[in-house]
Amino acid sequence: MNKQMKLDEVVASLRDGMTIGFGGWGPRRKPMALVREILRSDLKDLTIVAFGGPEVGMLCAAGKARRVIYGFVSLDFIPIEPFFRKTRETGGVQASELDEGLLLLGLQAAGHRLPFLPTRVGLGSDVTTINPEFRTVRSPYEDGETLLAMPAIKLDVALIHVTRADRLGNTQTDGPDPFFDALFAGAAERCYVTTEELFDRLDHTHPETATSNLFPRYCVTGVVEAPLGAHPTTAHDLYGWDVDHFKEYATLAAAEGGWNSYFQKYVAGGESSYADRAGGADRIRNLPIPTF
Amino acid sequence: MASEFSLAELVIVAAAEAFRDGGELLATGIGPLPRIAVGLAKLTFAPELLMTDGEAYLVEEPVPLGPRNGYQPRHSGWMPYGRVFDSVWSGRRHAMVTPVQVDRWAQGNIAALGDLRKPKVQLLGVRGFPGNSVCHKNSMFLPSHTRRTFIEGEVDVVASVGFSDKRWPAGVRKLPVDIGIVVTNLCVMDFNGPDHGARVIAMHPGVTFEEVQAETGFPLIRADDVRTSLAPTEEQLAIIRKLDPTGIRASVIKGNPPGLRAA
Repeated sequence: MNKQMKLDEVVASLRDGMTIGFGGWGPRRKPMALVREILRSDLKDLTIVAFGGPEVGMLCAAGKARRVIYGFVSLDFIPIEPFFRKTRETGGVQASELDEGLLLLGLQAAGHRLPFLPTRVGLGSDVTTINPEFRTVRSPYEDGETLLAMPAIKLDVALIHVTRADRLGNTQTDGPDPFFDALFAGAAERCYVTTEELFDRLDHTHPETATSNLFPRYCVTGVVEAPLGAHPTTAHDLYGWDVDHFKEYATLAAAEGGWNSYFQKYVAGGESSYADRAGGADRIRNLPIPTF
Repeated sequence: MASEFSLAELVIVAAAEAFRDGGELLATGIGPLPRIAVGLAKLTFAPELLMTDGEAYLVEEPVPLGPRNGYQPRHSGWMPYGRVFDSVWSGRRHAMVTPVQVDRWAQGNIAALGDLRKPKVQLLGVRGFPGNSVCHKNSMFLPSHTRRTFIEGEVDVVASVGFSDKRWPAGVRKLPVDIGIVVTNLCVMDFNGPDHGARVIAMHPGVTFEEVQAETGFPLIRADDVRTSLAPTEEQLAIIRKLDPTGIRASVIKGNPPGLRAA
């Protein structure tokens, strides 16, 4: 069994109109090498599902997204993702804005093959206005409480960035917070991971860190070796998000033709020379992990 | 009492009171002044509060704002986002948040201006506000108390739920909403008037009820025992300086005015 793939093979397996979930959280641990490969492809009409960061802004700016299902789209130190903001304000994408917890529950329902999960979250708020398809359900027990029935968010594909993986599809993810990568992996028909380092057998090389395995390998369809593949987002404990890069990105978002400038400068030239264009691998490896 | 202090420092002391006698909860102050306020409460009268390092760990000593300069937080526990949701949904959290708009029903908006379906201005989105507001206690801090923040009509987007009946379908029992205090650059309010009406419970030195009312888009009740907000003590100021060594608090309220208005 060898699940190793190349970036272009993963993207060649994707189809127009698919629902694609992205692991990570805001500017943290996003599978950006795959995002850039999608940006270079002809894919279109995608539904994007994420605790969103730059992947959402870029896919919106490039016209790849028809719909976005999201808890937020933020770069943290730039609170509103600049290209996403622009897209929203021009009505350029169908926005299914959720409470962050509803996104969690929708993915969990899909992973557990349930039609919905009951919750109080969303009731009384405009979440139900922007998602008019949401229904309520009444508790069949004595309390009789009315709850929101958060529908399952089924993913065709999940794309996730990890710290290390092996050719069998075992993965390990370092860092203080697992976020919801496991829910994305579980909710998807197929999951592709990019990894900072690829090994033949993690049980031979990294058995002592097995608890950092976030989802079983039966979730994993393909593994792509992509060192620095999360740049410009953080990959714990290797490199932090790239503040200067994001500042330039935000400046371009405010400019006429800014997306095209960004695309030509950083994306178009292919992934093998990306690190060089983004300031060099040494520079990226030394980016500090921001604290607040 | 100290004789010289900024309005931001007075606000921090007033905001810390939100967390008195609330029990052993995850206390989350979002933004510089609420975060310093939670730290002040924890280091003075509420050691039981749980705080995070802003990332994924719990700390017993509040992490100062700004560059760490070698300071290493000591982790006492783990609070990744998955557990934050457990804390939210079990009600064992109290957050202090800063909506962009608040209305007479205590509904708050951080999501967008205009219609959420095609916003005039995209703001943060609803984030966790819908769930937070029906699961645990929330207090608020608004750095600029005007009719643009405390608006006359309903907020453009109901991100956090308040006491409005019309937000609930017929036959659905309204969920209880727990609003703590609302601290602004002018006063401290709550929503404990008749029918959850907004009430001024304290005014900052030199502020009159009439001024607060003039800057608010809906009618306010003057609490019978309305008082003047307390000036910080020297001990409190020392803790505030420790929690915010680089003075980020000076950038929050426009012009960083003194706590005592010039006569």
